[in-house]
Amino acid sequence: MAVYLSRRLAALAITLLVASLVVFLVLEVLPGDPAAVMLGVNAREDTLAALRSEMGLDRPAAERYLRWLGGLLTGELGTSYTYGVAVGELIAERVALSLPLALIAIVLSTAIAIPLGVTAAAHRNRAADIGIIGFTQIGIAVPNFWFAILLILLFAVELKWLPAGGFAGWDAGLWPALKTLLLPAVALALPQAAILARVTRSSVLETLGEDYVRTARAKGLDRRAALWRHAVRNALIPVVTIMGLQFSFLLAGTIIIENVFYLPGLGRLIFQAIAQRDLIVVKDVVVLLAGTVVVVNFAVDMAYAALDPRLRGGAHDL
Amino acid sequence: MKRHFATLSLAAGLALAAGQALAAKDSLVLGMVLEPPHLDPTAGAAAAIDEVVYANVFEGLTRIDRNGAVKPALAESWTVSDDGLTYIFKLRSGVNFHDGSAFDSADVKYSLDRATAEDSTNAQKGLFEPIAKVETPDPHTVRITLARPTGNFLFNLGWGDAVIVAPENAADNKSKPVGTGPFVFKRWVKGDRVELERNGAYWGSPAKLANATIKIIPDPAAAAAAVMAGDVDAFANFPAPETMAQFEADPRFEVVIGSTEGETILAMNNTRKPLDDIRVRRAIAHAVDRKAVIDGAMFGYGTPIGSHFAPHHPAYVDLTGRYPYDPARAKALLAEAGHGAGLKLTLKLPPPSYARRGGEIIAAQLAQVGIEAEIIPVEWAQWLEQVFRGTDYDLTIVSHTEPMDIGIYARDTYYFNYKSAAFRDVIAKLNAAVEDKARYALMADAQKTIAEDSVNVFLFQLAKHGVWDAKVEGLWENSPVQANDLTEVYWK
Repeated sequence: MAVYLSRRLAALAITLLVASLVVFLVLEVLPGDPAAVMLGVNAREDTLAALRSEMGLDRPAAERYLRWLGGLLTGELGTSYTYGVAVGELIAERVALSLPLALIAIVLSTAIAIPLGVTAAAHRNRAADIGIIGFTQIGIAVPNFWFAILLILLFAVELKWLPAGGFAGWDAGLWPALKTLLLPAVALALPQAAILARVTRSSVLETLGEDYVRTARAKGLDRRAALWRHAVRNALIPVVTIMGLQFSFLLAGTIIIENVFYLPGLGRLIFQAIAQRDLIVVKDVVVLLAGTVVVVNFAVDMAYAALDPRLRGGAHDL
Repeated sequence: MKRHFATLSLAAGLALAAGQALAAKDSLVLGMVLEPPHLDPTAGAAAAIDEVVYANVFEGLTRIDRNGAVKPALAESWTVSDDGLTYIFKLRSGVNFHDGSAFDSADVKYSLDRATAEDSTNAQKGLFEPIAKVETPDPHTVRITLARPTGNFLFNLGWGDAVIVAPENAADNKSKPVGTGPFVFKRWVKGDRVELERNGAYWGSPAKLANATIKIIPDPAAAAAAVMAGDVDAFANFPAPETMAQFEADPRFEVVIGSTEGETILAMNNTRKPLDDIRVRRAIAHAVDRKAVIDGAMFGYGTPIGSHFAPHHPAYVDLTGRYPYDPARAKALLAEAGHGAGLKLTLKLPPPSYARRGGEIIAAQLAQVGIEAEIIPVEWAQWLEQVFRGTDYDLTIVSHTEPMDIGIYARDTYYFNYKSAAFRDVIAKLNAAVEDKARYALMADAQKTIAEDSVNVFLFQLAKHGVWDAKVEGLWENSPVQANDLTEVYWK
């Protein structure tokens, strides 16, 4: 287990190093001068030079890369070119929104998807199954931003139960903050739930055909117990894999939903930073997200071990 | 009957009381599309900075009012010497910065020196370039000596880039702006909102609003939903002109179409072949149907222009008839210039919808006369680097939003690459002229000269789409400078 863990940690470090190099190089070749973006069309040459030197952009590329990398290692993420505040602070503010939002969405989508998927598999080719498949088909086909607009029109514009967007902030209290995250979480969760339900259904169907389920039934277990205790548990491995991917997506890939609900999340931060050439923010957020994906994958692997004892033992324990 | 009347008047009285209770509302949520990168107007070009802090948090010696007129602000009055070189400003007394420190002539000198310094990061450093020296004979007097007469100097001092800051806070103004204005900066939840509150110790008449929140909503559909749901009280620059009809039909909202300083142009690279040939530039001008562009790209909102000048300015000359839409004439001019077989040009389009939507329509119109315009969408950062600084383009569409900026055609290097001694002469005379009458005549000459040379295709003046709660009063209809001046805003 120790070898396994250290191998995973080494993989984490290498991934981050490669990610940092790639993002640095990509941003080097990307056209667009941060100083020109900030100072606009009337800026004079000497003003631009002054700002570039203030931001350290006049140093050679290798020096800037090493300095940035050194900063990352010591937890010093640098100062945003545009906002003029510490990037760490900026990211922390956004994570305080994006992480809870992603968690609510993943919990919601799991809570919807697993019962639906298992029910569909248990009633294969019957009315319930066909109904659920139809629902998931719609869920996958409907773009989430359009679904989000429908939610806003109904719950904010018509019924006025929930705000049309924005984030109240955690200092406004738990409920007001959650209230602002509810519609975005639903808009994010439903398409994810549709995908997850389909994966659950096919995975459960597969395990239902396995010998051990037949054995369990032959031992006298009723259908229900055999389904939940033997089939579903074994079917969860692909489901957890998809959930891991979805979580990474939810953390970073919510730019469109964050725009529709004008939420100040990580996705918006990186989008804005790219447009304004706030390169230091782009670099830091990309490395952070790459790190998160690796950590989530690691957590998924740990979950496999919990779900399937066979993956726990063996060579890794030596 | 009598009793009935009494009940009625009681009800009326109650309704009145309720009305008064409603009228007591003193907070406003204002929507904005772009978030300011920071809040220091003296260190950035983004219009969003001024749209939050101009006139609200920061003030200059002069200020520009809703009609574009120059008004006294921190300077109570001024005198200009006959040669137009010396300006003596009498400063208002009893003015304090939001941190309690007193405002005096030293702050003015500090602010202007900072803007002109070698390491200045002022985006409009050029505005201050004529300043030779700033002197402070006493705490309430500032004497500015110019190197050459500058007719627009008082207007220039009213720009957001010329606001007065205190030396002790200047470095922190990006995140915690400290000015002298009627609103005090409270906090900024980045990506979401900026909160301002009334300055109780303001030197002038206090703001009517106790609190103002500026909410950042980048998506047009989200902006429409936020106004409809009542989450946002006003959008001074509403991003979705396609939904204006819906708001106009709804009595809860007031829709105000105003004008901006944004001359929207199809810019041409005047030194690049074949655009160095005036016949080709004129052919393109004849090939573009402004009306179709305004209708198609801007949903009918926008005033056609025929030169680089705002139609609401008193010196405006209507030159929209100089190159009427005439594809046959365009083709003839192209043939005369030796391009009868057709032309291929690039058309680089920055992100705003006027450019992207307008560009597609213009490309189709150019195709009618045999010009194949290859559309290349670019981001702002790319546009600045490739088009604006690198002048690597044939055609581009952009709105020039700075007020009174016809002088850009006289610059040594500017991305249109227009070099006309005659035009530079007009601008030099304009800069030296102080009398309005003489200035207006020169402005008219300037407009005619660039139209005659067909430097760019002048499309339309960008409209300002205001949508707000019908009970909100006092917002600006037009934007002579980039600002959301909240000083006179109140609830009916």
